[in-house]
Amino acid sequence: MNMQPQSDPQVLTTRDGTPLKVSLAKALRREKLRSLALIAPLLIFILVTFAAPIADMLFRSVENGIVENTLPKTVNALSDWDVTSSQLPGEPVYKALYEDLKVATEEKTHTRLGSRLNYEASGMSSLFRKTGRRIKRMDEAGPFAEQFIDIDKDWGDLATWRLLKRYAPKYTPGYFLNAADAQLTADGIAMKPANERIYLLLFARTLFLSLTITLCCLLLGYPIAFLLASLPLRSANLLMILVLLPFWTSLLVRTSAWKVLLQQEGVINDFLVWIGVIGDASRLVMINNKTGTIIAMTHILLPFMILPLFSVMKTISPTYVRAAKSLGATDWTAFWRVYFPQTVPGIGAGAILVFILAIGYYITPELVGGTDGIFISNRIAYHISSSLNWGLAAALGVILLGAVLLLFYVYDKIVGIDNVKLG
Amino acid sequence: MTESRGASVRYENVQKSYDGETLVVKNLNLDIPPGEFLTMLGPSGSGKTTCLMMLAGFEPATHGEIFLNDRPINNVPPHKRGIGMVFQNYALFPHMSVAENLAFPLQVRGMGKAEQEEKVTRALEMVELGSFGSRRPAQLSGGQQQRVAVARALVFEPELVLMDEPLGALDKQLREQMQYEIKHIHENIGVSIVYVTHDQTEALTMSDRVAVFNDGIIQQLSEPDQLYENPQNSFVAQFIGENNKLSGTVVAVDGGTCDVKLDDGTMLKAEAVNIGHVGSRTTISLRPERVEFDTNERMDNLIPGEIREMIYLGDHIRVRMKVAGNDEFIVKVRNRGEKRDLRAGQTVEIGWATGDCKALDPVA
Repeated sequence: MNMQPQSDPQVLTTRDGTPLKVSLAKALRREKLRSLALIAPLLIFILVTFAAPIADMLFRSVENGIVENTLPKTVNALSDWDVTSSQLPGEPVYKALYEDLKVATEEKTHTRLGSRLNYEASGMSSLFRKTGRRIKRMDEAGPFAEQFIDIDKDWGDLATWRLLKRYAPKYTPGYFLNAADAQLTADGIAMKPANERIYLLLFARTLFLSLTITLCCLLLGYPIAFLLASLPLRSANLLMILVLLPFWTSLLVRTSAWKVLLQQEGVINDFLVWIGVIGDASRLVMINNKTGTIIAMTHILLPFMILPLFSVMKTISPTYVRAAKSLGATDWTAFWRVYFPQTVPGIGAGAILVFILAIGYYITPELVGGTDGIFISNRIAYHISSSLNWGLAAALGVILLGAVLLLFYVYDKIVGIDNVKLG
Repeated sequence: MTESRGASVRYENVQKSYDGETLVVKNLNLDIPPGEFLTMLGPSGSGKTTCLMMLAGFEPATHGEIFLNDRPINNVPPHKRGIGMVFQNYALFPHMSVAENLAFPLQVRGMGKAEQEEKVTRALEMVELGSFGSRRPAQLSGGQQQRVAVARALVFEPELVLMDEPLGALDKQLREQMQYEIKHIHENIGVSIVYVTHDQTEALTMSDRVAVFNDGIIQQLSEPDQLYENPQNSFVAQFIGENNKLSGTVVAVDGGTCDVKLDDGTMLKAEAVNIGHVGSRTTISLRPERVEFDTNERMDNLIPGEIREMIYLGDHIRVRMKVAGNDEFIVKVRNRGEKRDLRAGQTVEIGWATGDCKALDPVA
């Protein structure tokens, strides 16, 4: 018997017969473990404080355990009831509802369920409050259906039961539909009435304004970056400090300064009236609308466009333009055919950076956006802190995240992500 | 590539200053006849590149006028001068393929597609890169990029091509090969070439004439062999090739020769090239390969020297000696295969002819 390890002649082995690749992996494992140990603290920190909360928050966009947790018996009893039937559920369902609500009232969870269902149909909150107040006075012997309908005639309405049945499962697409201005009806998914639609418009506006801001930043930032890259070092450094200056000033201060400048009794309007360009009665409305948001956010995000552009332009040797001119190109041709194409990676990096920052921006639109200049993030913040509809806020957030990732993917397909240079 | 007549260039009293305080180019007068290969040679900061950039149009002359084919071009922008240029790092456009790079000067001249393609193909064949048209510059080796740069500067058939240290980034072997290739291209198409370098071998190999620059002034303008054989001043003697320096005082001048008394008292006979009156200081310049150990009667200068060091270099042996107080005196002995009894520490007699040592301006 040959006790030597059988080795394929194609596979290189070390002298004791182990394949070379295995030995190499073993030798490198220590290195890998050590580098993993070095980044472990940061990794754990990020997982605990960043990834986990976000995952939890995003999960809320589909999570819907509250109905089943609060009304376990009712949900169970309802499972036999056909949602399309034109008859109210039978007495056992009402009995189960009574038993569930009795527990829920003691634990005071019925109002929470009311608020949850109120997101889907108004009136549910008050229905549960009212029922909760009167449940103690109900006759435990029944019949329950009549007593419930006596408390509130909504309990005799098919719509109420259909709603309960639809939102009984543990997971629901309801928040996402809501976020897309749609709802789950008896006939399936349908758009909300036109006067209740708001989120699609907000998403569209957020996209449009972000693109506009990105374009404005590019138009304003490109010449500055070009100047920075072509000036001698000393003056370039001074100019660079001016570009970075906004970073050392509070965001709130800068945004508030725009309020002072742009409002109707503000500096710019006063000046324009003074030099007679506009009349006193026709002062420009530049704040608390889209214009205000675009101006203020372009100003705030401009450095994020200039810096990547600058670092790319810095690496483009001036001899390229000289070479183009020596070959007979005019100044414009030399710029457009030779210089500009080489700055595209910088434009890509700057545009992605500004766009992604803009699409999720909150403070500035909140302060200067008025009503038609606010972003989807302002709505998300509203649902997080005021209306407490976290599920909807999470759904909006997921859609926003998805949209950014999708755009990122499209960008990668068109421009190529490895064409992006930050320096 | 069709035969093109080269252009003539004339610098007239050209001066250039960047800061208004010092002149980088001091009163340059230079005539370049059509079809000449002229090299501007000099150490960095000597003003040679500035002269080239003024000709290309990237730097304005502070004073004076530059003529291209007898037409003043000071106010002509670079893209209208029709001068081809090869840059130090080639400046091939990285976002275009080789063929697009070559087509660029033809496109901006509004040439038809078919004609463009034909010229690009011919230019690529000229530099033996026929199958490389679709590659990006980054996919080429340094030597190939260099050839593309040369082809691009020639493809629109300029009468004058400027080259700014084009071989500086190549390794030694490739550099030598490219020197011959550029020289042959020049011979074949008859274009005028102004070439800037700090490498004297390059200058001597390729040029019809060499202008040696130092301190913003042309120190000497002559054919390569004259530059080596008959340097006009100490700077040129020092800059071109290897050179032994001996300082002394002129004691007598007799026609083309003079007697020089070295600082240690040794008397030498030298060719009087660039000296003042009797009694003035001078520097004797002497090529190491002109000094002989086998002295004979034709040599007017015979003096003793002490061997300090022997360095074996294959084809020749470098002998470092102490001669007339100078212990950096180098003698090159051809390796003829015969055993020679030279050892460090020996004192031997060396000699050379009067014509081989030039009395030039004194070096401080």
